[in-house]
Amino acid sequence: MSASRHRWHFNAVVGYSLVGAIALIAAVAVFWTPYDPLHLSVRNKLQAPSLAHWLGTDELGRDVASRAMAGAATSCWVALLTVLFAVTSGTVIGLLAGFIRGWTDRIVMAFNDTLLAFPGILLALAIMVIIGANQYGIIIALGLAYAPMVVRVVRGSVLSIREKEYIEASVMIGNSPVVTMLRHVLPNCVAPIAVLATSMFGWVILSESALSFLGLGVPPPAPTWGNMLSGSRSHIQSAVWLGLVPGVCISLTLLGVNLLGDHLRDRLDPRIH
Amino acid sequence: MSTTTPSAMLASPPLILRVRNLSVSAIASGAKLTDAVSFDVGAGEFLAVVGESGSGKTMVARSVLGLLAAGVKVDAGEILLGDESLLKAAPKRMRELRGGTVGMVFQEPMVSLNPAIRIGEQMAEGLRLHTQLNKLEVEAACVAMLKRVQIANPLQCMRSFPHEFSGGMRQRIMLASVMLLKPKLLIADEPTTALDTLTQLEVLDIMVSLARTDGTAVLLITHNLGLVSRYADKAIVMQTGKIVEAGDAKTLLRSPQHPYTKQLVDALPKRSHKVVGDVDSPPILQVKNLVVNYPGRRTSWFTKPAPNRAVNGVDLTIYQGETVAVVGGSGCGKTSLGRALLRLNSAASGEILFRGQPMQDLSGNALHDFRMACQLVFQDPYSSLNPRMRVADIIAEPLNHTTMGREAKVQRVAQVMEEVGLDKLGQRFGHELSGGQRQRVAIARAIVRRPAFVVADEPVSALDMTIQAQILTLFAELQRAHQFACLFISHDLAAVEQIADRVIVMQSGKIVEEGSRDDIFDRPQQAYTRALLAARTAT
Repeated sequence: MSASRHRWHFNAVVGYSLVGAIALIAAVAVFWTPYDPLHLSVRNKLQAPSLAHWLGTDELGRDVASRAMAGAATSCWVALLTVLFAVTSGTVIGLLAGFIRGWTDRIVMAFNDTLLAFPGILLALAIMVIIGANQYGIIIALGLAYAPMVVRVVRGSVLSIREKEYIEASVMIGNSPVVTMLRHVLPNCVAPIAVLATSMFGWVILSESALSFLGLGVPPPAPTWGNMLSGSRSHIQSAVWLGLVPGVCISLTLLGVNLLGDHLRDRLDPRIH
Repeated sequence: MSTTTPSAMLASPPLILRVRNLSVSAIASGAKLTDAVSFDVGAGEFLAVVGESGSGKTMVARSVLGLLAAGVKVDAGEILLGDESLLKAAPKRMRELRGGTVGMVFQEPMVSLNPAIRIGEQMAEGLRLHTQLNKLEVEAACVAMLKRVQIANPLQCMRSFPHEFSGGMRQRIMLASVMLLKPKLLIADEPTTALDTLTQLEVLDIMVSLARTDGTAVLLITHNLGLVSRYADKAIVMQTGKIVEAGDAKTLLRSPQHPYTKQLVDALPKRSHKVVGDVDSPPILQVKNLVVNYPGRRTSWFTKPAPNRAVNGVDLTIYQGETVAVVGGSGCGKTSLGRALLRLNSAASGEILFRGQPMQDLSGNALHDFRMACQLVFQDPYSSLNPRMRVADIIAEPLNHTTMGREAKVQRVAQVMEEVGLDKLGQRFGHELSGGQRQRVAIARAIVRRPAFVVADEPVSALDMTIQAQILTLFAELQRAHQFACLFISHDLAAVEQIADRVIVMQSGKIVEEGSRDDIFDRPQQAYTRALLAARTAT
């Protein structure tokens, strides 16, 4: 008992530290980076890590460490806003569909399942073409692509929770449907939403890099981990650090966010202490 | 395997199972779950292990089967099946014994049969594992056994899936598949707790007759003393892992020696003397010719499904401060009736008058006002409380719809919590309370607004016997103090006998008999009422 409790705390501490460190780096990068992440210096291209350039330089001679720092800000900001957008819209729609049932539910879910049938990236591409390739275009496109998943999960939880007797008790108490929904249904859906949101954070970072690779991500030369990763492909034989740096950054962020998500889910559940 | 060794032959009947000084403990906390438990079961003998949740009775059964949960271990003792030590047996040998020599029937018939596999295949599985019969012989054996447990159409039954049967039938099928292997010992862990009283009796009668015919020893684990007196030869009473009393079942119940056994026997419901409701004032609730439908099975794609009548023309009058019990087997429409009265489901036709005002067509504010005066207590205290709210918040929530001030609300909540015996537990969450405490929370939530009318739907069915008695007493006290009228829905006549003023007996949506408690219990007129009373678990 005490052993598992100890490990659980350890995981939470690792999660908090990783997320904290990355947030700190991203915040610092807004004001200061070792070099200008956009500064070209063809003379210094593809240099291996050294004292001057800790993590080397890329094919255009830009400092990789500076770009990774600046990329942290963009990538995490885009991922955070996308997840928030997808979770908020998905939760509202899923909650309404599951709670109202009937034709609202049928129509919403038919539309939702149609969206789910498309690969997320394809859907995002189509939306990007309409909105245009910029940072907020990505957020809306990826948000809309991921929201249907949230709708499914939330509706499923709502359907099982609304049959519980405490929901009927709430009706008997005289609570309006809205109060019942917000006070008794929503809080009991939080666990699956938290799990989904944290995994989604990772998917969004990867999707953003896929979009960048197709030329529809955050437009160059602004650095993101995604476009750094896709740019490194042609040099993978000669300059390993180019792919390694954003790759490790993404992995550490995902690890941190997932550990944090597990911890949050447990903290939000009064049954686990 | 041979259980009739010379030494066992000397005793009569030969001993099937001997448990000696069995101690089981939780590995992590070191807590003793059973402490030096010893008993014998002879061939064809019926031994009941009685105790409340947490008394360790299930641990005993699981040790015998070698099915203790991870995190629980046997510290000391010996379990002998015939002459074979089960604690020393290899896992492979235990698998042979389980099902083959020792059969087990579980509590919950809804989950102990695999919903995705046809009955015939599930029954045949045991025979395939433990015998060398061919396919036809297996089928013949299954059919014969299903006939013995009184399944009307065995061949059709074997082609069906578990969900097509009622709880009682499933438990009989379960019993059939266990007895098919002619086990020497049958362990039944609360086999009928999930069933209504009539069905309970049916299943246990069959179980006893099967066991008697085949000479099977039965270890019945139960919290229900009524069943013990009716069926068991011997009984042991367990409390916190120890055997506190053992002996002949009838004697033990008639003259219990240990204080705990006395307490259990006292907890068997008795008629309490009650102040009858105020019959002179106008009735608080009147129901005239109420009909409640639920959609039936669609027979073709083009026709509307014909509705099934859950409640079919019921008349009912309830006066202030009175408790009217509605009794009947599962599916008789008693729950639909209660829900229709509170407008939780809608009535197809008929009138509901609350203080003389028609309620059946109300909506919006008027319906809200009606609900302010009514409350509901649920059967399952585990799903009726929001797991994310603290007890005090749950109880305070109904007051949000009153005009009471902050101070007054806090005071009222404290007062109600004291009334139901929950003081100092306000900051707990539901999962931190026992079943009885949770039901107290549900009752507190129902009465905090001082309702005029409460529907209690099987409020004690999910609780242990002593807790049941406490909750029923509490309910009666609260009713005396606050004078609310109560519709008490139950299949448990023992509880009804303890609390009701008047009793309504329902069968397939209709009232078959109605009368004062004493009339119904002492002078029942209808055959169905008599059958219900006969099934009552009395000592």
